[in-house]
Amino acid sequence: MSEQNTDLAALRVEVSQWLKENIPADPGFLLPQSFMEVGSDEQLQFLIAWQRKVYDAGYLGMAWPKEYGGGGLTQAHQNIVDEELMNHRAPIIFNVIGLGWAGPLILQMGTEAEKQKYIKGILTADDIWCQGFSEPDHGSDLGNAQTRAVKDGDDYVINGSKIWTTFGNYAKYMILLARTNPDAPNKYAGLSFFLSPMIVDGISTSPIQKITGEYGFAQTFFDDARIPAECLMGNEGEGWKIAMQTLQYERSVDGGQASTYKFLPIALQDLLDTCKEIRREGKPLLEDPVVRDQLVQFMIEEKSLSLMQERSDVPALCTDYPFSLALSGKLVATELFRRSRQYAIAIQGAKGSLYVGDQLAPEGGMWQRAYFNNFSATIGGGTSQVQANIIAEHVLGLPK
Amino acid sequence: MSFININSNNAMAFSDEQSMIQESARAFCQDQSSIEDVRKLLDSKTGFQAPVWQQMIDLGWTGICIDEQHGGLGLGLENLIPIAESMGRHLLSTPFFSSTLASQLLQRSNDASQQALWLNKIAAGSVATLALLDDEDWGASSTRCTISPDGVLSGKKVLVHDAEVAELFIVHCQQDGSEQLALVSATKMPEGAIQLHSLIDETKRAAVVDFSGVKVDAVLDCSSVDALLSEVKLIGALLTASEAVGATASCLNLTVEYLKTRKQFGKLIGSYQALKHPAVDILNMMEGARSQIYHAATVLADTNGKVDQDVEIACRMSKASANDALLFAGDRAVQFHGGMGFTYECDAQLYIRRAQWSQQQFGDSAHHRKRLAPLLLGC
Repeated sequence: MSEQNTDLAALRVEVSQWLKENIPADPGFLLPQSFMEVGSDEQLQFLIAWQRKVYDAGYLGMAWPKEYGGGGLTQAHQNIVDEELMNHRAPIIFNVIGLGWAGPLILQMGTEAEKQKYIKGILTADDIWCQGFSEPDHGSDLGNAQTRAVKDGDDYVINGSKIWTTFGNYAKYMILLARTNPDAPNKYAGLSFFLSPMIVDGISTSPIQKITGEYGFAQTFFDDARIPAECLMGNEGEGWKIAMQTLQYERSVDGGQASTYKFLPIALQDLLDTCKEIRREGKPLLEDPVVRDQLVQFMIEEKSLSLMQERSDVPALCTDYPFSLALSGKLVATELFRRSRQYAIAIQGAKGSLYVGDQLAPEGGMWQRAYFNNFSATIGGGTSQVQANIIAEHVLGLPK
Repeated sequence: MSFININSNNAMAFSDEQSMIQESARAFCQDQSSIEDVRKLLDSKTGFQAPVWQQMIDLGWTGICIDEQHGGLGLGLENLIPIAESMGRHLLSTPFFSSTLASQLLQRSNDASQQALWLNKIAAGSVATLALLDDEDWGASSTRCTISPDGVLSGKKVLVHDAEVAELFIVHCQQDGSEQLALVSATKMPEGAIQLHSLIDETKRAAVVDFSGVKVDAVLDCSSVDALLSEVKLIGALLTASEAVGATASCLNLTVEYLKTRKQFGKLIGSYQALKHPAVDILNMMEGARSQIYHAATVLADTNGKVDQDVEIACRMSKASANDALLFAGDRAVQFHGGMGFTYECDAQLYIRRAQWSQQQFGDSAHHRKRLAPLLLGC
């Protein structure tokens, strides 16, 4: 083993031990399955404390530069930690928009002052971040964003509305895409990118209740909100380019995230466990040939997905469509999860109609909640249909 | 009862050797098997061009996995995957798979004298083939084909690949309930014993072979016929899967090219999402299956060709995913070509036919899922 591998193997053992000792006890209230469903103050406080603890132990932002609060190690180190968080089913690392999207973006494209100002607070969870991209009338058509930013002296004055703002009602900062020039030669050229404060007169949020019944998103309203001109990232007109780079991080096309552990691993393993518990004619469902066939099909697809990730590291095996593996990951994974979670309810029999809160709901309604929540993954960050368009156009070269 | 962690072995490697073979196989198949070449061979007797086969022999492919002491190159099975994929991509059909599987079977037996007798010949280009099926069931572990105490066979085999050009048949038969593998030289076969099938894939050749009354050359010495056949069928499934992945890639290219050039209602049809999105589904299914076959290759390299549980899982997953990818690709290729797609002239037919052929060699998807279930579900 090389020095790095020895080092990583040792890290895995160390992290695993640390997690065994430090994963908090069940708080007695429902914990979020993903970062998109933090809907109560008690959940938030719990997750802030947990992220802080992980950071203080040195397990967050391990590949980020030391001078800004990171660990100065490699992404391989962080990957080990993220895998162990998953293996131990730890609570999620919630400040995802900072850790996963805004942080890497600022490290890549930000000024020295921006790095000094923002990076550490992302890691410590002192600063919660949210994202202002989608608008009520422009969901997947991001380039058409209409929220206006007008330069006025040392400020920009913002007017408009953003929607699906995860952490909108908790966040201190927002990565904001707004239109500075409505008369630009094309819709993209009129956009600019801001690292905007949220606690400002004229910015208000209104929580949105989701299909699960829980909260986690907000609509954000800008009503003559004044933000300092230095909040502009890059130059006016560069918003689209910076937003596209953000999406590279959001969709995990590019690495550099301080952690990628943002969902509880509700996986096929859990579906198999469920099939052991549920019985038909006295026998576990796992023995039913029809169910077995479907489970194996899901397992083949899940295996293909993990292998696709492995294969993307071997260029000689990615010659036909070099970008297909990176661009397809989100679509293939989230759609597989959607189908398998839907299936997990379908096999529950009469009890499949129960929901979170019912004593008799199988596994507390975990699958019902997981299935509904999964739509945030097949819709958020570009719907599956938009993803398919992107792959068709950019990988297969099909016309727009 | 415990479940297997399907991600415990995600090994994915590609050696310099594989890479060189891939390069040479891609170039060879492209040069030697244009669509025009493929079409010319559809109604030919053997389904391949002798000079092309000779070049494959000269390249060492027929002996690639045969031990050096028997005249082969002694390379690992992982090197077959890029060859099979390239052949599939250019729909190049030859007796390559038949001979490779027969030589694998011989090499995995205990029979040094039959190995000495046949492996050199196979490496040098003699065609050998397996006669396994009594009927449609790839899951059958017994056979109705019998061998008498004095070595005379009785019974027919179906779907014997490349029977007409084979110099050696390896026949699954039984004597008093005990499974045997008999070796039969083509010279022993009576006139009329080989009747060509009419196959759905016209690039392939297979026959019904009636072995009744034929005296075998030898009975193969092996510890377990069942185990040996299981191994060879898994390798056959993987080779077929690799070939299918290659075919899926060129089928997708054919479809995408059409979507990029054909106009209807004033627009390129590739701009319609109803066609675009399934094209992406084909791509993703192909990429999944391709990952599976190269993982299987890696696992086989890691075990030095030994078929253990990881290899079995990888081969079965490869076959199931490759079947499904090519079936979907071929089906959509015909549909998306519209009226042209329904014609024999349109190349989509070559792929939809190949898809139907491939899925039925060495087990369809449900066959493999059924056998994966106990391995993956722990019961």
